[in-house]
Amino acid sequence: MGIEDWRPGAGLDALRARAAMLADLRRYFAQAGVLEVETPLVGSTAGTDPALEPLMVRYTGPVYPQGAGLYLQTSPEFGMKRLLAAGSGPIYQICKAFRDGEAGRLHNPEFSLLEWYRPGFDLVQLMDELAGVVRMALLQPDLESVRISYADLFASMLGVDVVASSVQQLRAVAVRHHVLGADGLDLDLDGWLDLLMSHLIQPKLGHDGLCFVSDYPVSQAALARVNPDGRSAARMELFHQGVELANGFHELLDAGEQARRFEAENCVRRSRGQRPIKVDRLLLGAMQHGLPDCSGVAVGLDRLLMLRLGENEIDRVLSFSLQRC
Amino acid sequence: MATYNTNEFRGGLKLLLDGDPCTIIENEFVKPGKGQAFNRVKIRNLKTGRVLEKTFRSGESVEAADVIDRDLQYLYSDGEFWHFMDNDSFEQYQADATAMGDAVKWIKEQDTCMVVLWNGAPIAVEAPNFVSLEITETDPGLKGDTSGGGGKPATLETGAVVRVPLFIQNGEKIKVDTRTGAYVSRVKDE
Repeated sequence: MGIEDWRPGAGLDALRARAAMLADLRRYFAQAGVLEVETPLVGSTAGTDPALEPLMVRYTGPVYPQGAGLYLQTSPEFGMKRLLAAGSGPIYQICKAFRDGEAGRLHNPEFSLLEWYRPGFDLVQLMDELAGVVRMALLQPDLESVRISYADLFASMLGVDVVASSVQQLRAVAVRHHVLGADGLDLDLDGWLDLLMSHLIQPKLGHDGLCFVSDYPVSQAALARVNPDGRSAARMELFHQGVELANGFHELLDAGEQARRFEAENCVRRSRGQRPIKVDRLLLGAMQHGLPDCSGVAVGLDRLLMLRLGENEIDRVLSFSLQRC
Repeated sequence: MATYNTNEFRGGLKLLLDGDPCTIIENEFVKPGKGQAFNRVKIRNLKTGRVLEKTFRSGESVEAADVIDRDLQYLYSDGEFWHFMDNDSFEQYQADATAMGDAVKWIKEQDTCMVVLWNGAPIAVEAPNFVSLEITETDPGLKGDTSGGGGKPATLETGAVVRVPLFIQNGEKIKVDTRTGAYVSRVKDE
């Protein structure tokens, strides 16, 4: 970019629409009795999810006189769960989240998240509230909404049994559906499911309205509790116009299980040559104290604004995306 | 062996895929929020011209193709090969009919062409966007017709046939757009 490229990627209309959308969201949550909170964006620990790579910054001064590498948070989840355990009641946050390595048509390494938690809500109740919030943000109060489980989605669209399929079978499905280059890829089971989802399924989701996908495989549970069937997790995602908009969980409450998932994820990180991440023991402490039964969801606000404005690139709704700053 | 990481992917980058040199037309980063990242790339095979899509796992490295574009002067054809020269280094190159493609219809000795070199050998030749060529054969036009409506076929000195307005005569020079094969204008002899 040259000196003449100082202008924002977003037009003034998009800047105004963002401000209006944020004001509407804050008004909604205030009326719904959900408390706005802030948690740190810089911390000594971060999530261990191998699919998310935190950016690091360096701080030197009081508290860390020798200097310390700190993480920019990939989501405000852990801080917000500590507030829930402290008795906050329903809370929401609008903040930036940071992810290394992610830049593209739908990605920027620094992006805006709306995240909220509802004590006493199960996933169905949270999906209902999320649908309402998204309809409001998109200015489409009558948008239809459908729900389908991850397993039913793969069965109906690709004839794939997500529980019983092998790596070889999933690769064959990708090749049969002309995902060129699939025959040469070396992926694990979840990698193949991600490939089929992102290449063949997701682009077709949510063109008639909102499409909720629920009950992800246990191997993709992330921070969701496992369903009673033992094979799926209480995790959902929301898609609209082929774009992934939100990810939510009926939250895992068991501190021991959480600690095991942290360890398992760090094992995967080591095996893939990624840095292991210091486990958030304060989150485990909060969970040992007791996290209320709750569901929570994170919504990508930049993508939501894209869909509201009919834009095709995230750069068109950000003041200055990575290549402009 | 030079390689590119998927993070370096951008339009115009030259890769070696299945043994063929290719150029990236479009690169899309695809990643589920909590899943594997991919680069979905639209690619043109520089030998066949075919466009295809290919998916890479993000972070992978792909072999680079030693492909460069160079402006070369067309010298002559010996019937089997078309010979070109780099006017700076005086190095000569020969292109076969496959590499020449449509360019054979348009170029004359001394013309400068954009030649794609792979490992130092021409694999594609692009004629200049506009060329001036003499008409060697066309039916005499009707007297007084200057509108150019309708037109008639005319054979050019290179053998190419284009449609020209009726007032254009044998021996005249015309300007042609080589990308469409369309007549543009008369060329006044200097």
